Amino acid sequence: MDPVVLFFLLGVTAGVLRSELRLPVQVYELLSIMLLLAIGMKGGIELARQPFLQLVPQMLAVIVMGFILPLLSFPVLLAFGRLPRADAASIAAHYGSVSVGTFAVVVAYLGSREVDFEAYMPLFVVLLEIPAILVGIVLAKGLASGGKLRESAHEVLLGKSIVLLVGGLIIGWIAGADGLAKLAPLFFDPFQGLLALFLLEMGLVTASQIGTLRRYGVFLLAFGVLTPVLSALIGLGLALVLGLSLGGAVVLATLAASASYIAVPAAMRISVPEANPALSLAASLGVTFPFNVLFGIPLYHWLAGQLYAITGAA
Amino acid sequence: MEQHPRRLLTIVTESAIESHLIRHLERWGAHGYTITDARGKGTRGVREGNWEANRNLRIEIVCDDTTAGRIAEGLREHYYDNYAMILYTSDVDVLRPEKF
Repeated sequence: MDPVVLFFLLGVTAGVLRSELRLPVQVYELLSIMLLLAIGMKGGIELARQPFLQLVPQMLAVIVMGFILPLLSFPVLLAFGRLPRADAASIAAHYGSVSVGTFAVVVAYLGSREVDFEAYMPLFVVLLEIPAILVGIVLAKGLASGGKLRESAHEVLLGKSIVLLVGGLIIGWIAGADGLAKLAPLFFDPFQGLLALFLLEMGLVTASQIGTLRRYGVFLLAFGVLTPVLSALIGLGLALVLGLSLGGAVVLATLAASASYIAVPAAMRISVPEANPALSLAASLGVTFPFNVLFGIPLYHWLAGQLYAITGAA
Repeated sequence: MEQHPRRLLTIVTESAIESHLIRHLERWGAHGYTITDARGKGTRGVREGNWEANRNLRIEIVCDDTTAGRIAEGLREHYYDNYAMILYTSDVDVLRPEKF
């Protein structure tokens, strides 16, 4: 098991045992800012090497996936979860969008196994963050939700994660690998260490969701485990169609499987206030995030291996 | 020293809605406000303030009676149903009435 995952487990354990441990808010903020910028810049360096136009078809396909994923989970939440429309729409939006934390873990996972992947993947993180939010708002409010969409577009596009990821991408693009070599000691070399601390805090936050989870029971648990696996299969299929490498397929599957817990909750709070934030956070943070970190990513890696072996893809 | 009576409104709520709420408060006539980070427990559970979705604010506004009434009514109409929010008011005295 990766050491960063052990830090996550330490956080969960400390949280469950009601330890006094907590990271100062500002430290958590700084960690997430550094991780987002590092991820963005890494992607930007790679984007500068790619002819951008060649990526456009892949980008469009990924955006389409971002619209489709929440549309698939919404009816399940309505029918089997018997959830009110607003809650179902909000949870669907969470699961259609992505978690940058989970992305960082899969990057570390592949890195330590020396599996290569398309380094421009952070671009897909940005692309996948937004469509599900739009779908979620329309599902909750109907098509007459133009005003709401405009409000939350501002909220999402200028939210911390998009600004830092896109900012990092642009900085990486402009400065290139040589230009950013000077920043490597702060952003790239200590990536695993920063991630370990970040996951320690995420473990504590995850543990704090267990109470809510107990109240809402089996459906959220099942949904939080099954949805990422099915979404990952969609991601794997898309990776195969797009001709991504094996590592790229694992990353895309993980992105499809991950559920947002930062950008989407903030947007839903403003645009769909009647949705209960405790429900969606219990599912995405309490179930899906730990599932992906502990079991999901190795599972998607294995599945990708099988799929690529069967189809004879590279 | 001449003192002037005013109302102090204290709002404790989710930080997710900060920018929206501030826009509303200014529209309802608040001349200024003071915001501090807060954490605590209420009917919507413990809000530890340890990460994004779990953070609370305390907003204090000193204003005249009419504005206080308008803000209280606006909060009731727009926020009480769906957000973790409490409001309490108290009487305070200020030295420079033109500021409030």
